[in-house]
Amino acid sequence: MNQTLHPKTAAPAPASAKYYEFKPYNVGRVVVWGGFALVLILAPLIFSGGLAHSMLSQMGIAIVACLSYNILLGQGGMLSFGHSVYTGLGAFVAVHGLNRIAGGMPIPVSLIPLVGGLAGVFFAVLLGFVTTRKSGTTFAMITLGIGELVHSMALMIPEFFGGEAGVSANRVVGQSVMGITFGPQIQVYYLLAIYAFICTAAMYAFTRTPLGRMLNAVRDNAERVEFIGYNTERVRYISFIIAGFFAGIAGGMYALNFEIATAEVVGAGQSGAYLLFTFLGGATFFFGPIIGAILMVVAFVLLSEFTKAWLLYLGLIFTFMVMYAPGGIASLIMMNLRVAKFGKLRLVWTSYLALAGTALIMLIGAAAMIEMVYHLQLATATEPTLKFLGVTLNATSLDSWFGAALVTLVGLGMFEATRRQFARQWGEIQAEIEKEIRRREAL
Amino acid sequence: MTTSRNSYAIELKDLRKSFGKTEIIRGANLAVAPGERVAIIGPNGAGKSTLFNLISGRFGPTSGEILLNGHRIDGKKPFEINRKGLARSFQISNIFGRLSVFENLRCGLLWSLGYRYAFWKFLADLRDANDRAEELMQMIKLESKHDTLAMNLTYAEQRALEIGITIAGGANVVLLDEPTAGMSKSETKRFIDLIRDVTVGKTLLTVEHDMGVVFGLADKIAVLVYGEVIAFDVPEAVRANPRVQEAYLGSVLAEQQAADAAV
Amino acid sequence: MEFFTISMLNGLSYGLLLFMLSSGLTLIFSMMGVLNFAHASFYMVGAYVAYSIARIVGFWPGLILAPLVVGALGALFERFCLRRTHKFGHVPELLITFGLSYVLVELVQLIWGRTAVEFAPPVALQGPAFTLVNSSVDGLSVVWGAASPAMCQAADAAVRIVCSPFPATRGFMMFVALLMLLGLWLMLTRTRIGLVIQSALTHPEMVESLGHNVPRVFMLVFGAGSGLAGLAGVIGGSTFVTEPAMAATVGSIIFVVVVVGGMGSLAGAFLASILIGVMQTFSIAVDQSLLGLLGKLGVSGAGLASSSFLNLTLSQVAPILPYLLLVLILIFRPKGLLGTREG
Repeated sequence: MNQTLHPKTAAPAPASAKYYEFKPYNVGRVVVWGGFALVLILAPLIFSGGLAHSMLSQMGIAIVACLSYNILLGQGGMLSFGHSVYTGLGAFVAVHGLNRIAGGMPIPVSLIPLVGGLAGVFFAVLLGFVTTRKSGTTFAMITLGIGELVHSMALMIPEFFGGEAGVSANRVVGQSVMGITFGPQIQVYYLLAIYAFICTAAMYAFTRTPLGRMLNAVRDNAERVEFIGYNTERVRYISFIIAGFFAGIAGGMYALNFEIATAEVVGAGQSGAYLLFTFLGGATFFFGPIIGAILMVVAFVLLSEFTKAWLLYLGLIFTFMVMYAPGGIASLIMMNLRVAKFGKLRLVWTSYLALAGTALIMLIGAAAMIEMVYHLQLATATEPTLKFLGVTLNATSLDSWFGAALVTLVGLGMFEATRRQFARQWGEIQAEIEKEIRRREAL
Repeated sequence: MTTSRNSYAIELKDLRKSFGKTEIIRGANLAVAPGERVAIIGPNGAGKSTLFNLISGRFGPTSGEILLNGHRIDGKKPFEINRKGLARSFQISNIFGRLSVFENLRCGLLWSLGYRYAFWKFLADLRDANDRAEELMQMIKLESKHDTLAMNLTYAEQRALEIGITIAGGANVVLLDEPTAGMSKSETKRFIDLIRDVTVGKTLLTVEHDMGVVFGLADKIAVLVYGEVIAFDVPEAVRANPRVQEAYLGSVLAEQQAADAAV
Repeated sequence: MEFFTISMLNGLSYGLLLFMLSSGLTLIFSMMGVLNFAHASFYMVGAYVAYSIARIVGFWPGLILAPLVVGALGALFERFCLRRTHKFGHVPELLITFGLSYVLVELVQLIWGRTAVEFAPPVALQGPAFTLVNSSVDGLSVVWGAASPAMCQAADAAVRIVCSPFPATRGFMMFVALLMLLGLWLMLTRTRIGLVIQSALTHPEMVESLGHNVPRVFMLVFGAGSGLAGLAGVIGGSTFVTEPAMAATVGSIIFVVVVVGGMGSLAGAFLASILIGVMQTFSIAVDQSLLGLLGKLGVSGAGLASSSFLNLTLSQVAPILPYLLLVLILIFRPKGLLGTREG
């Protein structure tokens, strides 16, 4: 007779009890969530300064937004091109809420994200009904269409959307509790961090509920779900509303942080960003979107300062990820953790170094060419030379171009050779691991 | 839901189904009593899978009636029919690839235990669901694969899981579509025992090609030829039925006669 | 009257342009199950490539060469990138075309800049194809080419003359679109390769086991679809505007066309393209607002007059009409107008 133990052992159970459940405190869980809370608390102390605090606040918002997006993408297999509708409308309603508080409405400012959440629910109920009637590619197209619809309407209803300038508010309104006015960025950060923690925990809990599991089943085999008693449309619709709730909260958090909402927050660019970075972080693991959210803020705030071509690099990285690592960064981490668990990581790390090295050479060459093109675009009239990684390049001279092209091609060749070698090695390791797993199962 | 006193578990009344101009099911009639185990046999293209699809609600009939325990179910959606107590398996394993074996089985029984679209309860706390899923795993002999992802199982294991998901919800009428397709002789034998064990007391309809399976499992055989049920009786009677013989052996007999004549 | 005729023709030409784009998209989707998100980006690339070629050798060589370049680009993409994602399923396939659309827009901005470029139609196509002259005295008449200023102005103040020109570029657009439609239909139904494509649409494995190189057929279809988008780009870019945003503006509309027409249906795409093309063109010209309409019906009120929403004229609301149509279709006829496949 089998038992449900944590961890598993085979011992006989008393004849009277059906299944004996041994549930010690789940130490791993406490460590992970405690660690997460600790990171949230300590981050602004480690990364201090205005820019860092602003970025950390934005990361909190992005984490909630990307996790809510992954309820659709990773959990439900629903590819949405219009998620910014729900975050954006949540932001608009929240900004209006802030203005109402300034006008005397007795709601604490700290609950504004929930106002956004309710707005998210409202719009998800309204628009989700039409959206979730279909699945797959059609669903994606519908979300695209509705996203465009809302974005276009944003300029048509200035009472709600504020026209070109958007709607702004002041978060330092209403009663301040214990001297907390949410004026300084650090106070806002900690509020957002609390929301981020609670929302992450709530969305994680969702993955462990009957609806959450059935959503996974719908993702894996929607047809079969119908034959075990569930209405797949209903499963998708309710999950869509839940995702809309958290998206709205992210919007409310945005409103608190930036105190303004413009038509851009419901735009296609924002939706595309959620898709891109959630996928990049990894849609198949719960923590993937968290990684994606952090990358999103870093890319938008920092990377855009380094180079004008950052969107191009982003698009290229995304395309390569889809081809070679569709599970995102999270899957890469987990795969390597698995390899490490079976003690085979040391075989691979030299290959990783080689891959990284050759990729770097290739990227330097390509980046040099791209930067030269941008330079030609923008500044040739005055100055044909530019500094790239300490080397002076002349955008108009053939030498620079030839050199950069050569570096790129050499890097490409070496990378391809290294990659093939690595792929072969990786395949061998995976086969060994599979054999080991089967061996352990048979015990 | 009340069952009328003398109602059949499944009843087909002049069932017809056309795809465009092609009529696949041409007036099928069948009445299966509760608890009966029926094997549906027939030549390829007779419409056996189409019949299953019609009964389970994958698509609706062009005309005719399908009754489950006396109530009409033709034209209803698959989940509506499943909630009334009918479950089916598929010829090609239709499982949830990225969920573990345990999760697969648990999903199969969530609705029947009344958990609906609950997002306020934790799966780990659902005592009855977890216990029942463990029981099912034992019944289909996949305990050792508790946490294995369904897509990593062997073919026979996936077929077993397929059956497990089908019966998980406790449906009283079970349709199995070629459950032993693609299995070796020994696997088939073990599988038949499994099917017999897990469907005790239920009404069973299976589509089968393997005659050994048919005779070992079925109380009655229904023969489907060109979308019509030409015989529905105990195995011995069906074997002796001339119409059945002609349908199966007819072409062979005619060839033989032609060969004899040519000599 | 002449307003109606000219607008109708304009609407038809725009609709046919939309069809040129959505037909390629539908073909690729029907055959490969992939909705090419980068289709509108190929449209944009076609315009820009033709612009560059036109600056060197002229418009007409550009018209021929640009679609070929874009088609080759599409074929290469299919061969080296898209093919890799087939094994991962439909979502990664859609995602990689999404990634490509990002990259193409950035590359175009990199090479040609972020502002619009002057892609003018050739001299032969400049000016009107014909002009409708409506005189209150002489009635309606058609003048080929442009009507001279003398014809459009009456010496007598009591005579009203309205001259409505129909641009030659629009006429050319319709001509090319219809030619392309004919060519496509002929190829699919009359040639051997068309037969192979038609069967690979529904039974790719069977076709492959019969000895045809289905992956190569896929590459061909994807390349051809992209080439068609490029052709549409040459014409659209020279008629309207050539700028980086042209991919986004037309992109979402053709997806609406495909869903409204019914995923996978060429006839549906045709119907939806014409419908949306005509609808857009007419609505841009109408300056009535909802408030005005209510006023005509006798409904009025102080509160109503201040609502900016009711004050919007149809021409201002025109951009969202396709999306409203999308939502309506999804509510009342989710399969699309002529849809057969479930997306």
